[in-house]
Amino acid sequence: MTASSGRSQRWIAVFGAPIVLGVLSMVGLLAALLLGDVGRYLSWLMVGAPVLVIAWAWLRLRFR
Amino acid sequence: MSQLVSVTNGDGEGRLKARTIRVWSLVHTWTSLISTVFLLLLCLTGLPLIFHHEIDEVLGYAPQPEAAAGRPALPPQQIVQAALAADPGRVMQYVSWDKDEPGIVMAFTNNAPDGKPDNATVRAFDAVTAKPLGLVGVGPILIVLKLHTDMFAGQPGKLFLGGIGLLFAVAIISGVVLYWPFTRRLRFATIRDRSARRVAWLDWHNLIGVVTVVWALVVGLTGVINTWAELMLSQWKANELAEMVKPYAGKPPPAKLASLDQVVTEAKQAAPGMEIAFIAYPGTPFTSSHHYAAFMRGDTPLTSRLLKPVLLDGETAEVSDTRALPAYLQALLISQPLHFGDYGGMPLKIIWAVLDILTILVIGSGLYLWLARRRKRARATAVAHAVPAQ
Repeated sequence: MTASSGRSQRWIAVFGAPIVLGVLSMVGLLAALLLGDVGRYLSWLMVGAPVLVIAWAWLRLRFR
Repeated sequence: MSQLVSVTNGDGEGRLKARTIRVWSLVHTWTSLISTVFLLLLCLTGLPLIFHHEIDEVLGYAPQPEAAAGRPALPPQQIVQAALAADPGRVMQYVSWDKDEPGIVMAFTNNAPDGKPDNATVRAFDAVTAKPLGLVGVGPILIVLKLHTDMFAGQPGKLFLGGIGLLFAVAIISGVVLYWPFTRRLRFATIRDRSARRVAWLDWHNLIGVVTVVWALVVGLTGVINTWAELMLSQWKANELAEMVKPYAGKPPPAKLASLDQVVTEAKQAAPGMEIAFIAYPGTPFTSSHHYAAFMRGDTPLTSRLLKPVLLDGETAEVSDTRALPAYLQALLISQPLHFGDYGGMPLKIIWAVLDILTILVIGSGLYLWLARRRKRARATAVAHAVPAQ
């Protein structure tokens, strides 16, 4: 493995999940504005995704 | 800064990176510290504002229409007469219709058509009976709203909070840059709770900050745009509106105003498929001294936010002009729901509130980390001074 590929793998490991959550949040924020009722349901899931991740991290510590 | 040093190696590239990281760290620290108190104020006051409708209902400040299902609404001029009778000696400024409260009409009166917003009286009326349903925009939530929007300092307060919002955005972006050196050796969502308390809070600060980054940026920047609302309105009046009312230049204000019933009928004909969000009376900040302005809305979630003005002659109610709002005012109108979080039902409001609380945690933990690092440095300095003395 080269240094640059190792670095890009590390970069994806560090920023991959935040980017996915960021995209979900953005799509969710716009969905409720643009897509009516379906968008509203999507927004609950997508904008709520970061809250679920924090809850998961907290529960993981609590019940370890 | 010890964590920063540990993420670099000893070669030239490492020193460069360490210097770059130190600069970003300074940017992050000081943009956050300068804005901390005001951000906490905005987050704390923003929390009840998410549920302002529900809180007003519980406290008895929300107008409740009488049960009149199926009965047609009264002509709007009757609502105007009821509003003027309720506040003798005042003049009409606006009449508005809330799409979520079809049984209610709001009437804004003031001591002059261009009276200050703080001097306006807003009353709700039953759309079917014209019965007054009470004052709107009063009660404890009004105090919270004033604190949140301008800290009781008017336009300068608004612009100041807009500046704080921009600092918040810089703090968020610098925080994302710093996320890499602080977490690149850790798995995502690692919380080192068996290390020192400071380390565990650093991990929580980084995790909560990075997962809420898009929401925080959107809410922060849309808040900034909202602080420029009055400037944008002035710009619109000076350019687009001035262009629309050019044929009326030099004419005196209408001697006798056309009936609101006529205005409503003409405005609906000029914008088929749309309904009226609010009507501004001649001389108010949303129109010229000669014209009524009917602001029309569509029926989809997006078009119900994008208002289209129809200008009508103040005396005859004839349509003078209608055209879409410029892009900057459309951006303002779209930014409002994205800031308030009031467009996705109660579940989205609850998520908004949780994200607001998480932002308070990020701000609070950032302050704690800064204080803890200062204490640690002070202790290290004290030890370093004590050693030669022994």
